[in-house]
Amino acid sequence: MAGAVTNRRSASHGKLPRGTEESAFAKWTLILLALAFCLVFLLLPLVNVFAQAFAKGWDIYWRALTHPDSWAAIRLTLIVAAICVPLNVLFGLAAAWAIAKFEFRGKALLITLIDLPFSVSPVVAGLMFIVLFGAQGFFGPWLTEHNLQIVFAVPGIVLATVFVTFPFVARELIPVMQATGSEQEQAALTLGANGWQTFWHVTLPSVKWGLIYGVILCNARAMGEYGAVRVVSANIVGETQTMPLRVESLNDQFQAPAAFAVASLLALLALGTLVLKTIMEWKQARDFAQAQSLQLSAVSGQPGRQD
Amino acid sequence: MSIELKGVTKKFGDTTAVNRVSFTVNEGELMALLGPSGGGKTTVLRMIAGLEVPTEGDIFIRGQRVNDVSVQKRNIGFVFQNYALFKNMNVFKNIAFGLKIKGWKRRDIEARVAELLEIMDLAGFEKRFPHQLSGGQRQRVAIARALAPKPTVLLLDEPFGAVDAKIRQELREQLVTLHSELNVTTIFVTHDQEEAMEVSNRIVIFSRGNLEQIGTPREVYEQPANEFVARFIGVMNVLDTEVRGGVARVNELQFPAAGQPDGTKLRIGFRPYAVQISPDLGLFPYRAVLRHTFFLGIMLRLELELPSGLILRSRMTKEEYAQLGLEDGREVSLRVRNYRVLASEDAPLPPEMESNAHRRPTIAEHI
Repeated sequence: MAGAVTNRRSASHGKLPRGTEESAFAKWTLILLALAFCLVFLLLPLVNVFAQAFAKGWDIYWRALTHPDSWAAIRLTLIVAAICVPLNVLFGLAAAWAIAKFEFRGKALLITLIDLPFSVSPVVAGLMFIVLFGAQGFFGPWLTEHNLQIVFAVPGIVLATVFVTFPFVARELIPVMQATGSEQEQAALTLGANGWQTFWHVTLPSVKWGLIYGVILCNARAMGEYGAVRVVSANIVGETQTMPLRVESLNDQFQAPAAFAVASLLALLALGTLVLKTIMEWKQARDFAQAQSLQLSAVSGQPGRQD
Repeated sequence: MSIELKGVTKKFGDTTAVNRVSFTVNEGELMALLGPSGGGKTTVLRMIAGLEVPTEGDIFIRGQRVNDVSVQKRNIGFVFQNYALFKNMNVFKNIAFGLKIKGWKRRDIEARVAELLEIMDLAGFEKRFPHQLSGGQRQRVAIARALAPKPTVLLLDEPFGAVDAKIRQELREQLVTLHSELNVTTIFVTHDQEEAMEVSNRIVIFSRGNLEQIGTPREVYEQPANEFVARFIGVMNVLDTEVRGGVARVNELQFPAAGQPDGTKLRIGFRPYAVQISPDLGLFPYRAVLRHTFFLGIMLRLELELPSGLILRSRMTKEEYAQLGLEDGREVSLRVRNYRVLASEDAPLPPEMESNAHRRPTIAEHI
């Protein structure tokens, strides 16, 4: 079927333009504009980061990364992401499920609440946690009494990051779940599956790509968050300094190569998730293609019915 | 007796989707639930499956009351209108799903799936994913998946709704063949009376949540229980007449109604095939002009306009049409061969009347 569509499309791309097609000028202007924009604002800075990072050679790069303070920042960033992303997945699945599959009062309010972190400046978000958990804050006295520290410590960073990354997974999942509907799950129930089996074998795989996108976005933001973390962390070198904070402080201390080295690693971590996703997509496409070709050879072997 | 509903009612908020419905489905029967959309037929099907819970009444499957039995434990096979195949699984895994859940051994699963692929004419397609199949193939996979765990009853929701006309016909035949081969009790929902008539052993007709009639296709066609059924099963000419001098009249048409007092309002109905036409203007008592001919394959539908503007519908085969030398705009004479007085919706209909059995209406001016 896909083949037929492609053929039809390529056939209409001959000399005769389709009625709905824009002029070649408009088409190429838009394409060039988009390309130029990507080149100047995305690719060039990214290349520059790596160029600067390696400007003084591999040795300096390696030393900048293995510096104990940088190493601490890398570890902290990974820990924060490792806590935030699973929390977000759990929350996102629950929220998307509730919104897509149930009708209840206050649904619109819930959707708005999920979006709230997008509309609040990260700095404000950080300050909120200071107001709540700081020494002078709402829970401050109680926390001091029990010898618990949240702000200016790792729990505060995690809280702030969870807050900022809150909407990512839910936002990606809600439209996918709404589009999928609940018929597949009902089918699983009629075939004897219980709730957990249905979720594991049917629901989760059907929202897989939405979930993966959500996780990638969430992870990138969790690793790269600056504003909110800056406010709640107090930026203590070797203790509460995450990678973005480390990049900034190195830059302030005129250690450009080291700053770019950490920055390049941060960029690499984000790019890595994108590469992983691309590999998964490629693998699925290959599986589909394989199923199709297997099928074709089977049909040529025996007269199966094609409706 | 495979399935029994006793006084089943389903309410969604204030609206009553199904109103005190009772019927039984025999073991091995192929039953159609027929009615216009919103009639409650799909709700009935979903209640049998356990996807909806009745507000009142009881449902029995093989003598066991299943109101409190969950959908997983009812051992039914359900085919959804849009098939609801598992998109992330290939054909094999879709069909094997219910067996895996029930803990079948791998070798048994493989054998059962292979058997179903063979029955459903899907051999060679097991590695394909749902989006790589045609509509007809998808439905066959859905039926195979529902049949795999050997259900007590197979339930299909609008099974021929989502495919085009040519495949519809093929699927109807396939369902009949499948049913006669496997002999599994089957209930399907449809809004298409022709489909219900062609495929099922018996038909349950619903309208606005009420069960209107239950019977074989022939029974509901020839002895409709009320006007709704009469109109719904096949096209019907329906005329409101008033009795004067023992004859029910509407415009120039007259129907014998001896014994009825003057002023009685009678609603009269007759099938299109009961309207007989001749190009010989003297043959039949009424005259009319053939306004339109609709070609419906081998059958034709004719729209006839009487001088008073009254429109009647008739039906005939292509051959008859050609034999009579008819064409649009032609003046013809006609008669109504047999008709019935339509009762109000609660009372049963009186038997059909033969126009021939009575004196020909005295309408000399038309002859």
